[in-house]
Amino acid sequence: MAVRTYLQAITDGLREAMDEDERVFVMGEDVGAFGGAFKVTAGLQEEFGTERVRDTPIAEAGIIGTAVGAAIVGMRPVCEMQFSDFVACGFDQLVNVAGKMHYRTGLAVPLVLRLPSGGGFSGGPFHSQNPEAWFMHAPGLKVVAPSTPEDAKGLLTAAIHDPNPVVFLEHKHLYRRIKGEMPDGSYETPFAARVARPGTDLTVIAYGAMVHSALEAADQLDGASVEVLDLRSLAPLDEEAILASVAKTSKVLVIDEANRTCAAGAEVASLIADRAFELLDGPVRRLATPDVPIPFSPPLEQAVIPTAQRIAEACRELLDY
Amino acid sequence: MAKGKERDSDPLNFDDLRGQLHAMCLMRGVEERGLSLYKQGKVPGSFYDGRGQEAISVGATWALDAADAVSSPLIRDLGAHLVRGTDLTDIFRHYMGRENAISHGREGNVHFGDRRVGVVGMVSMLPDMMVVATGIAMAFKMRGEARCALSFFGDGATSRGDWHEAMNWAALYELPAIFVLENNQFAYSTPTSGQYLGEPVKRAAAYGMDGVSVDGNDVTEVFEATWAAREKAIAGGGPTLIEARTLRMHGHGAHDDASYIPAELLEDWRRRDPIERLAERVGADELATVEAEVKAEIDAAVEAALSAPMPDPATAVEGVFCEGEPQVLGEGAAPWSGFAIPAPVAAAA
Repeated sequence: MAVRTYLQAITDGLREAMDEDERVFVMGEDVGAFGGAFKVTAGLQEEFGTERVRDTPIAEAGIIGTAVGAAIVGMRPVCEMQFSDFVACGFDQLVNVAGKMHYRTGLAVPLVLRLPSGGGFSGGPFHSQNPEAWFMHAPGLKVVAPSTPEDAKGLLTAAIHDPNPVVFLEHKHLYRRIKGEMPDGSYETPFAARVARPGTDLTVIAYGAMVHSALEAADQLDGASVEVLDLRSLAPLDEEAILASVAKTSKVLVIDEANRTCAAGAEVASLIADRAFELLDGPVRRLATPDVPIPFSPPLEQAVIPTAQRIAEACRELLDY
Repeated sequence: MAKGKERDSDPLNFDDLRGQLHAMCLMRGVEERGLSLYKQGKVPGSFYDGRGQEAISVGATWALDAADAVSSPLIRDLGAHLVRGTDLTDIFRHYMGRENAISHGREGNVHFGDRRVGVVGMVSMLPDMMVVATGIAMAFKMRGEARCALSFFGDGATSRGDWHEAMNWAALYELPAIFVLENNQFAYSTPTSGQYLGEPVKRAAAYGMDGVSVDGNDVTEVFEATWAAREKAIAGGGPTLIEARTLRMHGHGAHDDASYIPAELLEDWRRRDPIERLAERVGADELATVEAEVKAEIDAAVEAALSAPMPDPATAVEGVFCEGEPQVLGEGAAPWSGFAIPAPVAAAA
C-alpha cells in the first residue's frame, strides 16, 4: 500500500495501462516532454516514446476527432483537454461523432477523454468549469468523476478498458491536495457510487471535490449521523445506491460544484422525487454553484462555489425539518 | 497488403472501365429508384442524391486497397459504398427505414456506412469525418501498416474549422490520408462565390501538402489522382488534397428544385455527363448490357427490401453503448485490376 496523491494516481493508471496494452496511447496539448499543464503525464514520453505520448497542435476537435478515428480501427486513445473548459471546442466531435458512433454504425469507440475540471483556485471563467452535465445529456458517453486517489486510478483503468467513449473528470483542486493509500497493482473501480461516510439521519450526495467538502461539513455536525454518498459515475448514474441511501436516511441534500440548472444533482433530485417520494421526511434540497461563469477574484469565487460551511448549514436546516 | 502495379501501361484495363461504368450506372439507378420510392412515400425523411457526381466516388474508391478506410462517403457518394461491396438490398432496406444489417434503421436514410467493408458512416456536420479519417490514418502510421484513409467533403466544408484542423494535422504528421474535395459549386443553395475567395486546392500548399485539381466528371482522372495520392501516402509521402470539379445536377435534396442554379450552367454540365463520357470509351453495346444488369440487380434488391420487416420499436433504445466484443472497421472490396486481390465477396453477416 503506497500513499499517492490524486494526481500521481492518475499518472500511475496511465503508465500501467500503457504497459499492459500497446494499443493505449496518450495525446494532448503539451503532454509530451513537458508532461502536461498539470504534470499528469510527466515522465511518460520518456518511458513510452513520442509515438505513444503525443504532443498535438492546439486543436481540440482535432484531438477528439482523430482519437475517434484511431479508436474505430482498434487503438485505445487517452486524450487530455488541457482544461475541461476547452472541450467546448471539440464538443461536436465528442457528442455527434463519438457518442453516436456505436448506435449508428456498430463501431466501438474505446476512447478516454481526460478533463481537468473544477474551480477553487482563481482560475477564472475559462479554467474552472464543471462541464459534466453537457455530456450526461449526450447519448453514448459515459461520465465519471473520482474524488479519491484510489478511485482516480481505478476509474481511469476501467475507463481505458471500456469499449465506449468515457469522459473522465479529474478535479484540479484535488490533484496535490488529496492523498490516499492505494491498492497495489492494476485494478478497476466500477462505474458505481460508494458510501464515503455511513450515516442514518441525512444523505449528502456529491461527487468530485464536493465529496471532500461534504465530508468536512459532516464532521462539523455534532450529534447527527450524516451519510455521504460519492456518486463516482454520473453516466451511468447508480440509481440503486442513491435510492438505498434515501431509504436509510429519508432526507437528502444534493451538491454540485457545477452550475445549478440541469446539473447532475438535478437528475439525482428528479430520480428521488420520482422513485422515493414515499420514503422522504423532507424536501430534496440542492446546493450548487449559481448559473454564473466562475469568477476570478477569491471572494467572488468563494461566494459561488459551495463550501463546507454552506453545506453544513444546509444539512442543519434539513435535519431540523 | 497488395501494392499498385507498376505504371508500365494504362493502369485501367477494359474490365476496370466496365466495372466503373457498372458502379456509376448502379449509383444512378439506385438513386433514381430511391427517389421514386421516396415519392411513393416508402422512404421516410427526405432524399438526397449525387446525380452528375458518380465519377468521383467511383473513381476515388477504385484506387483503394481492401484494407484502406473510407471516412466517409457523403450524400453524393453512393458509388463509394457500391465499390466497397455494400449489399444492395441492405441499402434499399436502409433507405426505407427497414430492419437491415448496416444501421438497423437508426441512421439517416442517405447517411450510412457499412463498417464491415471499411466504410464509416458520415455525420451531417461537414467535414467532421475528415478529422476522423485523419485519426484512422494516424493509427495506420503508428502501427506501420501500408494502409490509407480517404475522406470526401464538399466545397462548403472547406469553410469550417475542422477542415483546417484535419489539413494541418494530417500534413504535420505526414499521414497516409487522401482528402477528396468534391467541388460541386453549391453548398445547398450557396455558390462557392459566397463561401470563399481564391481556390481551396491552393490552400494545400499553405499546409505543406500537395494539392491537385481534376475534372470530377472524368472517372479516369479521379482514379489516377487518387491512385497517385495513395502510392505517395503509403510510401510515407503524406496526405494529398484532390479537388474534383463537378456540378450537382439535382437540388440539395428531393425537396429542393435548385432554381438558384442557372439553367445554362446545368446544361453546360449535362453535356459533360460522366456516365456518357465513360460509355463512349466502353461502347454503346456494352452500356446497354450494363444498364440491363443494373436494372435487374436493382429490381431484385428492391423486391427483397420491400419484404423486409420494419425494425422492432423495442430496439430503439438498444445499441447506444458497446456491450459485447468491440467491432473495428473491416476490409472492403478492391476491384481494381492493379491489386492482386480477388474480387469482392459479399460482407459477412
